[in-house]
Amino acid sequence: MKILVCISNVPDTTSKITFTNNDSEFNTTGIQYIINPYDEIALAKAIELTNSGANGSVTVITVGEASTEPTIRKALAIGADNAVRVNANPADAWYVANQIADYVKKNSFDLILTGRESIDYNGSQVAAMVAELLGLPSVSIAKGLSVEAEQASIEREIEGGKEVVSASLPLVVGTAEGVAEPKIPNMRGIMAARTKPLEVLEPIEVKPLTKFNKYSTPPARGNVKLIDENNINELVNLLHSEAKVI
Amino acid sequence: MSVLVYIENTDGQLKKSAFEVASYGKDIATQLGTEAIALAIGDISSDELTKLGNYGIAKVLHVSSADLKTFVNQAYASIIASAAKQHNASIVVLSNTFSGKGLAPRIATKLEAGLVAGATSLPTVSGDSFEVTKTAFSNKAIASVTVDSSIKVITINPNSYAATETGGSAQVEAFNAPVESSDFGTIVKDIVRATDKISLPEADIVVSAGRGLKGPENWAMVEELANVLGAATACSKPVSDAGWRPHSEHVGQTGIVVSPNLYIAIGISGAIQHLAGVSSSKTIVVINKDLEAPFFKVADYGIVGDAFVIVPKLIEALKAYKGN
Ligand SMILES: Cc1cc2nc3c(=O)[nH]c(=O)nc-3n(C[C@H](O)[C@H](O)[C@H](O)COP(=O)(O)OP(=O)(O)OC[C@H]3O[C@@H](n4cnc5c(N)ncnc54)[C@H](O)[C@@H]3O)c2cc1C
Ligand SMILES: Nc1ncnc2c1ncn2[C@@H]1O[C@H](COP(=O)(O)O)[C@@H](O)[C@H]1O
Repeated sequence: MKILVCISNVPDTTSKITFTNNDSEFNTTGIQYIINPYDEIALAKAIELTNSGANGSVTVITVGEASTEPTIRKALAIGADNAVRVNANPADAWYVANQIADYVKKNSFDLILTGRESIDYNGSQVAAMVAELLGLPSVSIAKGLSVEAEQASIEREIEGGKEVVSASLPLVVGTAEGVAEPKIPNMRGIMAARTKPLEVLEPIEVKPLTKFNKYSTPPARGNVKLIDENNINELVNLLHSEAKVI
Repeated sequence: MSVLVYIENTDGQLKKSAFEVASYGKDIATQLGTEAIALAIGDISSDELTKLGNYGIAKVLHVSSADLKTFVNQAYASIIASAAKQHNASIVVLSNTFSGKGLAPRIATKLEAGLVAGATSLPTVSGDSFEVTKTAFSNKAIASVTVDSSIKVITINPNSYAATETGGSAQVEAFNAPVESSDFGTIVKDIVRATDKISLPEADIVVSAGRGLKGPENWAMVEELANVLGAATACSKPVSDAGWRPHSEHVGQTGIVVSPNLYIAIGISGAIQHLAGVSSSKTIVVINKDLEAPFFKVADYGIVGDAFVIVPKLIEALKAYKGN
């Protein structure tokens, strides 16, 4: 089985998010980048499904500039067999999805995995866009995935429950928690990653459709009102008459 | 020109988020001087669908066919996109639910439309410029996004836009859209729904607990508090990682993002990754034995003390309040 895992390079989850250039750009100063946490789940699942390359191969793809290479190397250290970087700024989900779909058309995969969403731009867009561009079925938010004889069974999250969905390969799946446990690279993996192939491709021409052009930080929340634990009724009163939520 | 709104249902009942998107779509339509049309797919009675009239929807397109009773994202996307074309929709609005997330990118691709996922406001339209705000960096920022395509697709998070009753009635029309066999790439085999549970993303009140509760055996009081309030239950990541609670209850940057009217956090420290999933809640109550816990910095109300003492007292106080 040939699996493609889409990797997004995102700020570490503990990063303080600030902006520069008149609040029009994300301030990358001092930011540590990581593999998008959901993509780590996708990657772990891909390695599991191919049994570390014994039954196929795992390719990772990132649309990003040269600065994303440490993140790609980390994916190789975790166990991907080879990597592709489309050398471009990932302008929006439409731009990224078109680059990935173009690569899939030229190389064909049985399974394309993404994360359920990127933790920076929070779109949950790329998986279903890639699928639509390729005319493939997709499940955007999967919390379980198994594959047997070209047939996948996916647990899809729904409000207040889950749905079990089946689909034949090729297929696009956006992975969430529950699909696999993220893997941590070991020393051997880190050494091997240095020599694994990382191909750099130039992007195809695509016009982005959306632009993030101004940022602000959410308003600071009000000062906490502390209530004595022996006076719980006061909390109930405040929730009723001040906050008006009960 | 029109605004097309996609309406979700559960077993024939319109979801709460359906009325929110209806209001949002109607308010955009008013802004643009056009009308809001709704589209619903599935086994839903006309009585149920006409309720949308009360939220400003003029016309409801209804697709009911046996093979579309369960969610098939390719087929549903084809139907919504063809309705958008037939009715000359310049904006398509969906709810940013699990299904909405599967549909919106497909519809956007079919229409070559820019997609803004999780919008937090009505768009600002002037001339050719179309701008809408959304959360970014997992709730740590708000971004203003411009959309350059002639058609736009927008999704809004459940609970982020108030449904407003306007009076009025909607006309329900059958809609027949061509679907191809290739649109049935996924088949629903089973649906498991905890019917007695309030769905977390849509809940008005969420009662959430963390590692401070020590073990899964202590969740009875959390569930009871949730019951008294008619709330959904949630938890922090370590709690679901340890298997104390199901993964579907984990909120935060890597879990579900919620924005209820009231979020009660019990024995949760308030790590930045947890706050990312809850900071857009309207009112936050924190119960923690440590005044230094970061959660107090974003709380509206706080009680410093032992959850095992406070929660039972709170349950009693709420029962007394509800009894009156
Ligand atoms: C990549 C990444 C992603 C993450 N994503 C998420 C996420 O999405 N969601 C999430 O929640 N976390 C996430 N985390 C984990 C996060 O950093 C914290 O570790 C986690 O939120 C802490 O959970 P907690 O508050 O339940 O536990 P703790 O940090 O252990 O806090 C327990 C709290 O309970 C209080 N307490 C203890 N006993 C009592 C008592 N008897 N009564 C009252 N209070 C008591 C303590 O004072 C303390 O504040 C992520 C971490 C990483 C690295
Ligand atoms: N620049 C990128 N390069 C490769 N894959 C990406 C990129 N951006 C997003 N993805 C993939 O698409 C998923 C969903 O991202 P998004 O649609 O931005 O929420 C991510 O979890 C990644 O798997």
